[in-house]
Amino acid sequence: MLTNISFSLSAGGILVLRGANGAGKSTLLRALAGLTPLAAGVLKWDGEDALHDLPSHAKRIAWLGHLDAVKPALTAAEHVPLAALAPVGLTAYANLPARLLSAGQKRRLAIARVAASGKPLWLLDEPTTGLDAASLTRFSALCESHRQGGGMIIASTHTPLELTGVSVLSL
Amino acid sequence: MKTLILRELKLSLRHGADTTASLLFFIIAGTLFPFALGPGPTTLAAIAAGIVWVCALLAALLPLDRLFGADFEDGTLDLLLLSGLPAYGVAFAKMIIHWLTTGLPLLLIAAPLAIMLRMPAARVPLLLLTLLPGTMLLSLLGTLAAAITLGARRAAVLMPLITLPLMIPALIFGAAAVTSPHPAAALYMLAAMLCAALPLAPLGAGAALKAAAE
Repeated sequence: MLTNISFSLSAGGILVLRGANGAGKSTLLRALAGLTPLAAGVLKWDGEDALHDLPSHAKRIAWLGHLDAVKPALTAAEHVPLAALAPVGLTAYANLPARLLSAGQKRRLAIARVAASGKPLWLLDEPTTGLDAASLTRFSALCESHRQGGGMIIASTHTPLELTGVSVLSL
Repeated sequence: MKTLILRELKLSLRHGADTTASLLFFIIAGTLFPFALGPGPTTLAAIAAGIVWVCALLAALLPLDRLFGADFEDGTLDLLLLSGLPAYGVAFAKMIIHWLTTGLPLLLIAAPLAIMLRMPAARVPLLLLTLLPGTMLLSLLGTLAAAITLGARRAAVLMPLITLPLMIPALIFGAAAVTSPHPAAALYMLAAMLCAALPLAPLGAGAALKAAAE
């Protein structure tokens, strides 16, 4: 159970959740997404209760859970627009069924889906799992681009990211 | 919702095994009855409607455990619930997909099976007329059961235990309508059950999906 959690995030802000395994990072992210109901407390967006209208709240959120949500039978290009594959280095694999992608490539495809969503708040649960050094650099660039565009990111990760304006919430 | 349905249909076409398995089960199960009861046209004709109905019910149950199961296991369910559609909308879309990929093919193949079972040709359109709401009802109730049992260890066992008792009234009225000289009343009952399930089943399934995602 998570108690006494309080934070705020402004446009262009990045919040990294840190904590030991089982500390509640994923639970907090799911609660922020509205997937897990809050037992107490309130989540506000522009001063209003964000969880009051979950479908509207969902339209603000791009979600990357610890599972990739990649369908083996669909190609990479059927998961996201073709243009979204370039920033994660998957253009060459656009027409390949996702079942043939490696774990790291599937993660990059999931990241591409988040980046292509155009939604202001990215909620990322261990987004860097399985990424190699080059992919980490690409991921950092995507996050930085989103931040500079006024987007917000809340991520749980143990990987140091080369990003500016990062706040840390320890659980 | 349209995007979701089209995407799921594409997945179903690529993974045609579920639909094919249902259809094969339907045909094989229906074919077993003449072997057990004998090929006498009078006997078979009298129970053909019941056989087709029961086989359709059982065949439509087969793909239900994968309806949400795959999405639950690969994380897609979270994305569906965060798609901006209300949870009942997601459930309703899945019900439509189940009917399009299972109920409709069963409906199309029911006529040849009924004729093989010596049902009088004049009764076949009536059989299809009962199966139309019947398969829709099964998709609604089956999807509800699939959502309720999502994440349960014995979901494949629990699902028929929930769905089949709920389908008994539809089975009674559906089979009776085909053999009755006055089928209108039974058809109205089927339509009434469908009208009741249409709003209630997606609401229940949506609530169950949210609970499973927690």
